[in-house]
Amino acid sequence: MVGIVGYGVYVPKYRITVEEIARVWKKDGKAISAGLNVKEKAVGSFDEDACTISVEAARRALAHSGIYAANLGAVYVGSESHPYAVKPTASIVADAVGASPELTAADLEFACKAGTAGIQMCLALVESKMPAWIKYGMSIGADTAQGRPNDALEFTAASGGAAFIVGKKEDEVIAEVLDTYSYTTDTPDFWRRQHAEFPRHAGRFTGKPAYFKHVIAGANGIMKRVNMKPSDFDYAVFHQPNGKFPIRVAKQLGFEKKQIEQGLTTPLIGNTYSGSMMIGLASVLDKAKPGEKILAVSYGSGAGSDAFVLEATKNISKKRPKKTVFDMFEEKEYIDYAEYVKFRKKLKSL
Amino acid sequence: MNGALPLIWRKFGERYDLDGNFCETCGTAFFPARPVCPSCRRRGKLVPKKMPKTGKIVSFTEVFTGPAGFEHETPYFIAIVELDNKARLLTQIVDSEKERVKIGAKVGKVFRKISDIDPEGPIAYGYKFKVVC
Repeated sequence: MVGIVGYGVYVPKYRITVEEIARVWKKDGKAISAGLNVKEKAVGSFDEDACTISVEAARRALAHSGIYAANLGAVYVGSESHPYAVKPTASIVADAVGASPELTAADLEFACKAGTAGIQMCLALVESKMPAWIKYGMSIGADTAQGRPNDALEFTAASGGAAFIVGKKEDEVIAEVLDTYSYTTDTPDFWRRQHAEFPRHAGRFTGKPAYFKHVIAGANGIMKRVNMKPSDFDYAVFHQPNGKFPIRVAKQLGFEKKQIEQGLTTPLIGNTYSGSMMIGLASVLDKAKPGEKILAVSYGSGAGSDAFVLEATKNISKKRPKKTVFDMFEEKEYIDYAEYVKFRKKLKSL
Repeated sequence: MNGALPLIWRKFGERYDLDGNFCETCGTAFFPARPVCPSCRRRGKLVPKKMPKTGKIVSFTEVFTGPAGFEHETPYFIAIVELDNKARLLTQIVDSEKERVKIGAKVGKVFRKISDIDPEGPIAYGYKFKVVC
């Protein structure tokens, strides 16, 4: 048995509403908010970055799993806002949580799905005979997503992250991973060049040939492998660039709204990029009962999807975190656009 | 992260995870770690010890004119925090509404950027605290 033994989520406390961003650019905030199905987004404070968010999420995952940090054999951090171009975030995180030095660590980047790529790597390492000493691996998806001022992405690009610890001890696994599958093509729907401050995207091209094509292929691919259909799942979680796409993709695949509600977090915190699907999956694990089955599909521009089928085990009821993901969202303080600009250093003089 | 990198690097344990030490002779915890127990002197037996991650504010002030590198963070709080094992440290208080920052308030450690002033230089990470209830 291999699967998730613990998870942790961290979302910064500051929020800016879609309407506040729209006010600055003289746009119709109510219409944009309804169209995107996003009310507000989480904003990292001036002293937060993908590394600090990763550390907080990792510490919560370790506390939740009860695993001694030094027993982690792998730490991966997936992000598209790594603080350094060269110098791993993962080594800082591993050191800060007390996992160093006997471990492998690396930073990953695949737009919004690098964290789930890390989960796949941990699954393989934990199952592998080479190296045999890796019993646990942690993968983190965290971002302080950059949205260019007055760009459509500014309404949703948010800060937050989630950490998942993978292990294989039967009395520790809370959700067994029954299978994983990936679907990857060269699709230039969203990118950020070296030294560029903000990503660029191809507008509507990010929809059908990008997000929908890959998420649907990922979901159908894994369902075929495990011989399951949408009605066999209790929960489904999809990457959430906004609050509208995951609902639409769920419908196209044949899932009902009640299957995706528990994992739908973007309407309340925005798109946390690498953290997005992983925070949704964490929220599902807050609630899932033993035996319940979960489909989780990430999406990263560029483009690809990682799909997972999980089954909650009897251990899950014994390991409920003290605070659920949705409880965490309630700890918030609203800021205006000027503070947002200051926190995210969008003023050149800062 | 100004100054000599190796000097700062040696303090990562202290800055990232509150690594201090503890005198087994008199039971006193020290943060930062001390080379000698000031009470027991040569009879003291110091061992490495991680400090607890929670404590309470024993004194605080609000900074309106920050030193170089912190001028854009003002106004901000700095406080002397007494950890649950009685060790005291000076720290920034973040993510806490003004009315909650008071003497006796319970605080918890968070991992934050301490200094990031040179866009081409290394980033200094470390501990800050926030009011937890």
